[in-house]
Amino acid sequence: MKKHIAHLALVAGLAASVALYAIAPQLDDYAVNIFVLAGINIILAVSLNLVNGHTGQFSLGHAGFMAAGAYTSSIITLTLAPALASAPAWQAQAAFFSALLAGGLFASFCGFLVGVPSLRLRGDYLAIVTLGFGEIIRVVIQNTNALGGARGLEGIPPYTNLLWTFGIATVAIYVVASLVNSTYGRGFISVRDDEIAAEAMGINTTKYKVAAFVIGAFFAGLAGGLYAHFISYIAPEGFNFLKSVDVVVMVILGGMGSTPGVAAAAVLLTLMNELLRDFEQYRMIVFALLLIILMIVRPQGLLGNFQRRKRKAPQP
Amino acid sequence: MSDLLKLERVTMEFGGLRAVGDLDFHIAPEEMVGLIGPNGAGKTTVFNIITGVYKPTRGAIRFNGVSLHDKKANRITALGIARTFQNIRLFGSLTVFDNVRTAMNGRLRHGIIHSLTRGPAFRAEEERIRGEVLALLDIFGLKDDADRQATDLPYGDQRRLEIVRALATGPKLLLLDEPAAGMNPTEKVRLMELIHFVQEKFRIAVLLVEHDMRVVMGVCQRIVVLDHGQKIAEGTPQAIQRDPKVIEAYLGEEAHHA
Amino acid sequence: MDWANLTQQLINGLSLGAIYALIALGYTMVYGVLRFINFAHGDVFMIGAFAGLYVHRWLKPFFQWMPEFLSALLVLLLSMCICAALGILIEKLAYKPLRQRSRLTVLITAIGVSLLLSYGAQLLFGAAPKGFPQLIKNDTHDLPGAVSITTEQIVVLVVTLLLLVSLRFIVQKTRMGLAMRALSNNPTAASLMGVNTDAVISFTFGLGSALAAAAGIFFAMLYQAIDPFMGILPGIKAFVAAVLGGVGNIAGAALGGFLIGLVETLVVGYSKNIGIPPGFRDAVAFVILILILMFKPAGLLGKSEREKV
Repeated sequence: MKKHIAHLALVAGLAASVALYAIAPQLDDYAVNIFVLAGINIILAVSLNLVNGHTGQFSLGHAGFMAAGAYTSSIITLTLAPALASAPAWQAQAAFFSALLAGGLFASFCGFLVGVPSLRLRGDYLAIVTLGFGEIIRVVIQNTNALGGARGLEGIPPYTNLLWTFGIATVAIYVVASLVNSTYGRGFISVRDDEIAAEAMGINTTKYKVAAFVIGAFFAGLAGGLYAHFISYIAPEGFNFLKSVDVVVMVILGGMGSTPGVAAAAVLLTLMNELLRDFEQYRMIVFALLLIILMIVRPQGLLGNFQRRKRKAPQP
Repeated sequence: MSDLLKLERVTMEFGGLRAVGDLDFHIAPEEMVGLIGPNGAGKTTVFNIITGVYKPTRGAIRFNGVSLHDKKANRITALGIARTFQNIRLFGSLTVFDNVRTAMNGRLRHGIIHSLTRGPAFRAEEERIRGEVLALLDIFGLKDDADRQATDLPYGDQRRLEIVRALATGPKLLLLDEPAAGMNPTEKVRLMELIHFVQEKFRIAVLLVEHDMRVVMGVCQRIVVLDHGQKIAEGTPQAIQRDPKVIEAYLGEEAHHA
Repeated sequence: MDWANLTQQLINGLSLGAIYALIALGYTMVYGVLRFINFAHGDVFMIGAFAGLYVHRWLKPFFQWMPEFLSALLVLLLSMCICAALGILIEKLAYKPLRQRSRLTVLITAIGVSLLLSYGAQLLFGAAPKGFPQLIKNDTHDLPGAVSITTEQIVVLVVTLLLLVSLRFIVQKTRMGLAMRALSNNPTAASLMGVNTDAVISFTFGLGSALAAAAGIFFAMLYQAIDPFMGILPGIKAFVAAVLGGVGNIAGAALGGFLIGLVETLVVGYSKNIGIPPGFRDAVAFVILILILMFKPAGLLGKSEREKV
């Protein structure tokens, strides 16, 4: 039984997504809205956590990958829209899924491009380079008419629902958690803890860093696609540096390297965003203060690092 | 007997400053060699050259007949050279168990995909690794600490764990960088026993860089002495002890300190 | 080749570069003494511009009695003092408690400070861009060969040059400058030699922030509009300038700033000829950053450091 626990968790998560989808008609639009945004944020935070938390490569470019996925998938569904309008629903959903996947793959290609310079850079330098990459992606979109330029893309078919959102969120959590919980995956953490020692223990740190970026960017791309097909409108400004910071805040509050903590922080911050909607201008100030104070008194994150204490040898 | 490790005319310069010059030396399989010398003689630099941290300016290094030129550190480890660090470099957020398990990474058959599908072959390999790690920890009396965070261990145990972690990579040559640093005399005696034990149990060669003469003399069959990046003497511990050049190099240092 | 156009582009590029250079100096000096990227530095630049706006507003009644250059100078100096105080305050409150912590912790804090400043400014001053008053009468002066330069550009270039010269004097000739250099060369030795580390760090933050304030005012003069998020891009570009020159190297930061300003202006000015749309101007600095880090990570004038094993 014990050995299949990861598989069981995956199935349970997917079943919960189906259940959520089934009760969706009973929920009002506002609740669905919050659920979907929370799910998208979970995907973003958990995937960024693989890069920033587990592998220790501080990336500030997650919004760029999100944009890559959002635009790729939206262009595909917008192109197919006339044909899909009269097609049966399952075909539309299949096309949507393919478009999401294409977006994720393109984003992971971008992640590969960012991962490569990361091999030579550490810490704060890497943060600035990833920020730069994210901004380059945004500038390119802004100046490409086929992508709507600064005006953005409108009329994206609203295919995103709770099933897709939480299905993908479950897969993202499963992938990151089971990846890190294997002998192979402990390599990610060793890279974060001490790169030189990791190399000396036979760990190919290059491969791990690039893998983290590619996988992290893939899920950011999926999240971008989900977001685009939920809001129906995307513009380059929505994927600027501040959006990346939003995700970074979730990872830091949740505790870098703790998948449950980070997922919880994603949900918490989504709720806070909604509750503080009337106090919009104070929201970011509160987050900023929280970051500063947290780094002084509790750098391991608000929700602690459950995982660090729990990380044990598997029992016989 | 053919050489396990062979350095030929290895030179390392840092921006015109010569840290190691035209160094020749070799290690036979299962041999215990000491590398000694006063402060700044270039011992750690030699370590870093062998393990691929630095790329030598000139010269050839061969291990088991394979050139180590331009090989990355992790490839060199995979070939069978493992090391410990002068300033302990354990993976601080990982447990004792995971520190050792991670070092088996280079010999893994599973990768990303298998970690995700978690099929029978993956589980069998994880089970085998778990057994190997626990067995290894048991040998060194660290099994009960398997679930503790590595950096929570007492200092001596951390040193021991670093050796265990290095052994987990499956080396033919183990490089120990000042393992006795910061140890009291009792701990040093136990360290010497430990090194002998490791060499006999795992039948590997050991290259020891050490400041403490008693440890080096007590452990090594052959000693290489460096001074200012040059090899000034080589021989058995007894011969080295009597070598006037060595005495001068060390006395010179002490005179300097005085 | 159209020499007049090129000269014109060079003048524009140098004035923009002067702004980047002034900001870059703050990054480089702080990196020199504390070895971290003060992410919030771009926002100090923004606060400098707002300080200029409000100082001008408050002191307007007095300005009619003094010549224009004096009132402009007063606005500049007061804003520089305000930002110097702000820089010192930020260091004392946010960074000082983290002296022995990992660079990542400090970086995250710096991001927090950056957000606090920009969103705080948004709360105080509003999100909409504000017009910046004309501090000096802006004429266009014709130079030989269909080239022109504005009074504001002259002021920016001349004052920047003066600031660079005074900075050089401070760093090379004063006790404080000597202490700064000592700290940046070897922190342990410096404190053993009796350098008051805290005072030097405060001084460095104050100096860097004052220069950023000057840059903020120049930027506002040239572009005539300021907003709470104006600091993000120039801040990051100036950081790129610091890296280009070699982080920690003061002359390098100034050089890098002028180079980034020139390249950016030339790319926009010659966008048709080189086939890069002018909209890509904001990407120029990042492309330079990635190239420099891949091929010459120590920067143009910097020395490389290797990690001890």
